[in-house]
Amino acid sequence: MAETLHLRHSGLVRVTHWLITFAFLALLVSGLEVVVSHPRFYWGETGNVNTPPLFKIPIPSSRNMVPTGYGYVLPDQNGWSRYLHFQSAWVSVLIGLLYGVAGLLNGHFRRNLLPAPSDVSPKRLANSIIQHLRFQRPSAEEAWSYNLLQRLVYLLVIFVLFPMIIWTGLAMSPSFVSAVPAAVNVLGGQQSARTLHFFLTLALVLFLLVHVFMVFLAGFRTRMRAMITGRVAEPLERV
Amino acid sequence: MSKLSRRKLITTGLTVTAGASALVVAAKLAKRYGLIPPDSGGIYGPGETLTYAAQRLLTRHSLAREFSRSQISKNPFANEVAPLGEEFKRFQQRAFADWRLAVDGMVARPASFSLAELKSFPRRSHITMIQCEEGWSYIAEWTGVPLSHVLERVGALSQVRYVVYRSIQPDWWESIDMADVLHPQTLLTYEMNGGTLPVGFGGPLRMRVSRQLGYKSVKYINRLTLTDNLKPFGKGLGGANPDGGYAWYAGL
Repeated sequence: MAETLHLRHSGLVRVTHWLITFAFLALLVSGLEVVVSHPRFYWGETGNVNTPPLFKIPIPSSRNMVPTGYGYVLPDQNGWSRYLHFQSAWVSVLIGLLYGVAGLLNGHFRRNLLPAPSDVSPKRLANSIIQHLRFQRPSAEEAWSYNLLQRLVYLLVIFVLFPMIIWTGLAMSPSFVSAVPAAVNVLGGQQSARTLHFFLTLALVLFLLVHVFMVFLAGFRTRMRAMITGRVAEPLERV
Repeated sequence: MSKLSRRKLITTGLTVTAGASALVVAAKLAKRYGLIPPDSGGIYGPGETLTYAAQRLLTRHSLAREFSRSQISKNPFANEVAPLGEEFKRFQQRAFADWRLAVDGMVARPASFSLAELKSFPRRSHITMIQCEEGWSYIAEWTGVPLSHVLERVGALSQVRYVVYRSIQPDWWESIDMADVLHPQTLLTYEMNGGTLPVGFGGPLRMRVSRQLGYKSVKYINRLTLTDNLKPFGKGLGGANPDGGYAWYAGL
C-alpha cells in the first residue's frame, strides 16, 4: 500500500499504441492492395496508363489494362481493401487525436518526448546516431527514458509523418477537396498527393522496421512487457 | 488503493454510459438528417457511416474543382467495360438517333426523353477531373443537362431521397443521394471536350457525378428511377458496385 507503483507507460499510451499499431497494419495491407490495381505513380494533377509515369513498381497488377510485363492478372481486392482502409483511417485519426490531445494536456510530450534544451546539440545528436549505428544495446536507464534520437524520431512520426499522411490521403478525396481545394492545390495536384502518400507510407514502414529492430536489440521481453503491462523489471532510480 | 479503484470504477462507468448514450443520440440524429449510407451494415459499416456523415456535413454544397482548358488531358483513358450488348449495338448502328432516357418512380409525370430532347434542355459544361478508384485520372470538359433539370421536368415528389440510374448494359447501375442529385455539377453528359461523347467514354449518355470516384459515373444511361428507399434494388446496397463489395458512397 505504501509503495506507489511506477509504470513505464501510462494506460492511455499503451492502449493507443496498440490500437494505432493494428490500424496501421490494416492501412498498410489494404493500401498495398489498392496500389496493386495501379502500381504506377505520377506527378501533377492527372495520370493514367496513356501518360508516362514518374515511376512504376515492378509488380503484377489486379487490372488487365495496366501494362506490367507480367502475363497474368491478380484478383481484384479493392472492395474490402478500400472499406478497411478508410475504417482503419478513422480509427487512426480518432485514436491519434485522443493520444495527441491527452499528451498535450497531461504533459506526456513535454515530459517524455521533448528533449531537454541542453541535449539538443549537433554533437549529442551525432553521438546518439553513432550509438544506434553500432547497434549498442541501450543502457539500463533507457528502460525508463527515451534517448535523444529516439525522442526526435518519435516527435517526427507523431507530428510530421502522421499528419502528413492523413493530409495527403484527404487530398485524394474528390469530395473533401471540393470543400477544401487548397488541401490538394498546395501539394501540386491529386496525383502528387497520391505519390507523396506512397512515400510517406515508405517512411512509416521504415520507422516500423527500425522500431521493431530496436525493441529486439533492447530486449524484446522487457520492452514488450513495458508496453503491454506498463511494468519494468529494473527499479526506477530517477528523482 | 481500494478507494482509488472505486473512484476509477465510477468514473469509468460514467464515461462508458455517457459515451454509449452519446452514440445512441448521434445515431438517431444521423438517421434523421439522412447521414446513414445504404451500406451501413456489416463490419465496415461504422467507418463508412462516419465517412459519409462527415462529408455530407462538410461538403453538401461544395463544388468539385474546375480546371482551365489548358489542363484538359491530352491522353484520357477509357476504362474497359463488359462487351457491349446486342441491344446497344443496334442503337449504335442508328447513331443513337432513337436512344431514350426513361424516368419513373416517385414522379408526378413519368416520361421518356430522346437524346434530341435532352440536348434541347439547358446545358451546362464543366472541366473536371474523373478519378478511378484504382488510382488513375484525367481531366476533360463534360457537357450535358443537369440532372436536377430532368427532375423538374418530371415533377419529382418531395419525398424522393435517391435517384437510381441504370446503364443499358446488364447489371450496371448506381444511385446517389439528393445532395449529389441536385448538385449543379451532376450532369447527364452527351458531349466531351466539345465533341460528341465517344462510346468508350460512355456515349451517348453518361451520368457524371463530379465529386465521387469514376465508378459512380455510369456509362450508357437509359433509365432513372426516383425513390425514397434503396432496399428493393439489387441487394439493397444502392448499386451494382456496392453489391460487388465496393462502397456506395465514393466521395473518398
